[in-house]
Amino acid sequence: MKIDLERMGDPRVFRRDNGHVHIDASELHYRELNAMIKQAALDGATLMEIENVYGQRYIGSGVRLPVRIEIRGIPGNDLGAFMDGPEIVVDRNAQDGVGNTMNSGNIVVHGRAGDIVAMGMRGGSIFIRGSVGYRAAIHMKEYMKHRPVLVIGESCQDFLGEYMAGGVVVVLGLDRDPGQGLRARHVGTGMHGGAIYLRGDIDPHNLGKGVEVSEPEEADLEKLRELVGRFCAYFGGDPAEIMAGGFVKLAPRSKRPYGSLYAY
Amino acid sequence: MKSYILPEFLVERDDYRCIRCEVCVRQCAFEAHRYDADEDAVFVDESKCCGCLRCVTLCPTRALTVRRNPTQTPDNYNWTREQLMDAYKQAETGGVLLTGMGCGRELPIYWDRIVLDASQVTNPSIDPLREPMELRTWLGAKPDRLDSQGEGKRRRIEGMGPQLKLETPMMFSAISYGAISYNTCEALARAAAELGTYYNTGEGGLRRDLYKYGRHTICQVASGRFGVHADYLEAAAALEIKIGQGAKPGIGGHLPGEKVSLEISRTRMIPEGSDAISPAPHHDIYSIEDLAQLIYALKEATHWTKPVSVKIAAVHNSAAIASGIVRAGADIVAIDGIRGGTGAAPTRIRDNVGIPIELALAAVDDRLRAEGIRNRASIVVAGGFRNSGDVIKAIALGADAVYLGTPALVAMGCHVCRKCYTGKCNWGIATQDPYLSKRLNPELAARRLVNMINAWSHEIMEMLGGMGINAIESLRGNRLRLRGVGLSREELDILGIKHAGE
Repeated sequence: MKIDLERMGDPRVFRRDNGHVHIDASELHYRELNAMIKQAALDGATLMEIENVYGQRYIGSGVRLPVRIEIRGIPGNDLGAFMDGPEIVVDRNAQDGVGNTMNSGNIVVHGRAGDIVAMGMRGGSIFIRGSVGYRAAIHMKEYMKHRPVLVIGESCQDFLGEYMAGGVVVVLGLDRDPGQGLRARHVGTGMHGGAIYLRGDIDPHNLGKGVEVSEPEEADLEKLRELVGRFCAYFGGDPAEIMAGGFVKLAPRSKRPYGSLYAY
Repeated sequence: MKSYILPEFLVERDDYRCIRCEVCVRQCAFEAHRYDADEDAVFVDESKCCGCLRCVTLCPTRALTVRRNPTQTPDNYNWTREQLMDAYKQAETGGVLLTGMGCGRELPIYWDRIVLDASQVTNPSIDPLREPMELRTWLGAKPDRLDSQGEGKRRRIEGMGPQLKLETPMMFSAISYGAISYNTCEALARAAAELGTYYNTGEGGLRRDLYKYGRHTICQVASGRFGVHADYLEAAAALEIKIGQGAKPGIGGHLPGEKVSLEISRTRMIPEGSDAISPAPHHDIYSIEDLAQLIYALKEATHWTKPVSVKIAAVHNSAAIASGIVRAGADIVAIDGIRGGTGAAPTRIRDNVGIPIELALAAVDDRLRAEGIRNRASIVVAGGFRNSGDVIKAIALGADAVYLGTPALVAMGCHVCRKCYTGKCNWGIATQDPYLSKRLNPELAARRLVNMINAWSHEIMEMLGGMGINAIESLRGNRLRLRGVGLSREELDILGIKHAGE
């Protein structure tokens, strides 16, 4: 498929008002849309409002400038894959692979998201108002001063934080009573770094081997207050009320979960 | 617990020749040699010897001999010495057996059962010393048809995707920083740049010091996504999604936490001291459609300027899988056979899982041709090449180029002792220990690599010339120039070649 940016000249598709860009994505293939976003960012746009997004993939990928991309509609898979810098706000649901291998930036989804949210993520933050699918935060990792954050407003499915090697995941469970535990199973399987905070409790049977449950300490609570504060700033709600629900912290017992597996 | 394991080797010292210089003591990271000042003697603990021959090679008076321990285990075709020792080791540790390098089992090596043709009388052979001989190879998707625009000098071919230009159809296989030392990575990078070919980072990320060789670098994206950063993707000439590896098809890998130093942590972008775990599958790829999604995500992230390769291990259904990979949009399909090397793999998996590359290559090339999609991706094969004869046969079987892993390490000094997983490589290759890795001088190692590839390239030219062919392109997939010797009808059918004499 040949991509040209001719449609950037069509005011029904692309309008520009100083640093503020409007795109109507209703008839755009993802390659056209992403080429436009990249070009507009290089031309100095700081805010892009994209209307009528219908499943276009990889939005925000390959853009390395701190632009704000506001999506009206439903972005396709791998929103912000390998993303390095932008802020993306989605006004409704997102699909699979939000923030796949993301490096920096911020993604805010005012709906729910599909599977493998924040897979391999190593920096930046993702806030999801609703729930997420399976294997969220799988293989999320941190290094040096990079510490990724994923905050989920409602629930998640199984294998949350599988192979997690760093970063912070918060599941607020706002869709249920804090007394009712998280139902997802195999949470933190193979986890060897980072921390997961759950509002409300979890049945130990639903945890992966090698995960330890503890009461959050003051440093944890401070981090939680900051993240809950950001969550409420994006989506509304009372931070104090959410904090009052009480949290548990999940952390790995070892940085070397398979250290004794082999005969040397 | 008393160990029942017998030393694999005997180390014999000719005391008349030994001058007590202690080179062997300093050179052996396994601490097999020990100098006793009181007795002014060097002692050996044979149980620690890995057989890498570093001490033998460096001993200035040639006082040392290492040979296989001649002690006989009771004669038994079934319970060989190797089987016994492995069982003792597992009984003593309860662990999964680990090993390094490629499978060395007595599986048939088809390269040795295939012979090449040469011209006699009718079409004359060509002397590459006097006449031009083309080894240049382009990797990447070729369009179904070419359109051209414009006239004369301004005429442009359209529809050609991004390509990799190789001056010789050999590249260096994926070997990660972590499995090998930084100096070794640098030697591979320098040699690739000098040779006009490519080396592959493996899944361990790319240190920024090596970005300057980016135009000769293929960067890998594996299930752990180590070091997969926008800069890394942009630095590369091409990207490779690693699905599988010939030495350990179907499983992931664990780089033990003690090897994750500050530099490794920074390069892989993972926490220092934690295990670096590569899950067995990519968790965003559970289908061909998902694979397509990652291929296009990488293309989008690099603005459609780079070819994307997908590397798989050679397994039973490689042909069907390769077809799916091509249809998913890969520009290059890389296939790694059962003899492919590794820094660490469970022994049983390395030795029992996968199929020989010769058969996989023939099957994949056939399948892609039968489906009319062979032009849409290049085929690169890896796993078990030992010399230029193997390489040229692979090209005649249908490969566009080969990946050389073990041969590259051997060129730099590796003696295939299979102890890479210990991190104590005495040759300074498979180690992160600064004392050991200093032993490999990147400039000299690059020279050895360049020498070897130049020699192989010249041998390939001679063999091409002998067949009356003056471009490697004309041999590609030209199986009529191959014949099998001592192969069954079924093997010949799969390889798509005739028997010698036919």
